Amino acid sequence: MAVSLREYRARIKSTESMKKITRAMELIAASRIIKAQQRAQQAAPYARELTRAVSAVATFSNVDHPLTKEEENPKRAAVLVITSDRGLAGAYSSSVLKETERLAERLRDEGKEIDYFLAGRKAEAYFKFRSRPFIDSWTGFSDQPTYDKAAEIGRALIEAFLKQQGEEGDVDEVHIVYTRFRSMLVQEPTAVRLLPLEVVEAPEGEAAPAAEDLLPLYEFEPSAAEVLDGLLPQYVQSRIFYSLLQAAASELAARQKAMKAATDNADELIKKLTRIANQARQAGITQEISEIVGGVNALADAQAAAND
Amino acid sequence: MATAAGSEALHVELVAADRTVWSGDAAMVIARTTEGDVGVLRDHAPVLSLLSEAVVEVQVEGTDDVVVAAVDGGFLSVANNRVSILSEHIELGEEIHVEKVKAELEEARGLIGANNEAERRVRRAEARLRAAEKVQSGSLSTGH
Repeated sequence: MAVSLREYRARIKSTESMKKITRAMELIAASRIIKAQQRAQQAAPYARELTRAVSAVATFSNVDHPLTKEEENPKRAAVLVITSDRGLAGAYSSSVLKETERLAERLRDEGKEIDYFLAGRKAEAYFKFRSRPFIDSWTGFSDQPTYDKAAEIGRALIEAFLKQQGEEGDVDEVHIVYTRFRSMLVQEPTAVRLLPLEVVEAPEGEAAPAAEDLLPLYEFEPSAAEVLDGLLPQYVQSRIFYSLLQAAASELAARQKAMKAATDNADELIKKLTRIANQARQAGITQEISEIVGGVNALADAQAAAND
Repeated sequence: MATAAGSEALHVELVAADRTVWSGDAAMVIARTTEGDVGVLRDHAPVLSLLSEAVVEVQVEGTDDVVVAAVDGGFLSVANNRVSILSEHIELGEEIHVEKVKAELEEARGLIGANNEAERRVRRAEARLRAAEKVQSGSLSTGH
């Protein structure tokens, strides 16, 4: 018997308090996730209207815009990695980073160099620990992103994209790696190309516009080109905002799942430790009894020998 | 034709990046585009135009109420009696704290010349101030 009963009891106690913590975190994540989903829903009308407007302009004019122009010989790609600020969310951040590595490999195979832009402390820590260079990072908002943050990230990415090839800090493509929120149980890390823009489909989860909504003959003021000029950057930012919101919902769902597993594990552990502790207690009692009985026998034997 | 389509009210939505600020039926919408003020009535031709940082007024259908909001650029789209006003930030006149905006305006004015952002901030603050003042004067005039 290596460990005494007292030590088992201490371990049970600490596991119990840990269980309380993980249980609390699970409940917090569960309540926040509803808010995160609501935020995503509230942002949907803006994304929908923007998409409609962009498709309207794109349909009625053949305007070439710098943001939609494919570089003939792309050399550099920017990758925006969206992870969480805090851990304890299971494999959430590491699966995003794994997806990033896959994308990076693919891009490198295509002969492109990669500039990293990071969102979330976990990505930053990952890159810093490996002393890998990155261009810029934004942290501190992963579970409740605001539009202003998305706009800030968007501006940085657009600026890098609009630079001429050969210029310092120029990129020819922009990719985003984020976690798509499919359901409470399924969140998948996804890599999408953001720039150059291809305006083809509404963001995921929205129905296609009904037939009567399609293509009224718009007039553009001041001109189609200028309207597009105003729209596209906002469209890019709204796409980034959408990714951030999805990532936030996914993070919370992942945390809830991870904390549920941790609570269950703690339960198991407590059960196991209680059994072992009981066994130890029993063993202790048995030993004491046999010691007493042995002692009594020895005494009786000694007395009998003396009487003889 | 006007009678056929006229039965349909003008549906207006003020949509900010993170929420729908206001939506409902309106008699008229007045907004300021980069080309100048524009008023939108029922059966307006489809139009898509850029807004400047200014005040948007919506006269609510069937009442004398006017919804006043400050927009931060963005754009206006009109089609099939639906008006959408999209902007990164939209604030209703009654949500705006006059004192805060005044402080913001002072600060931004002090920064003018330092960077390009300052001028934009001044315009934004001015628009918000105007929206707030319009709401206040509006509530006074309907008060008696």
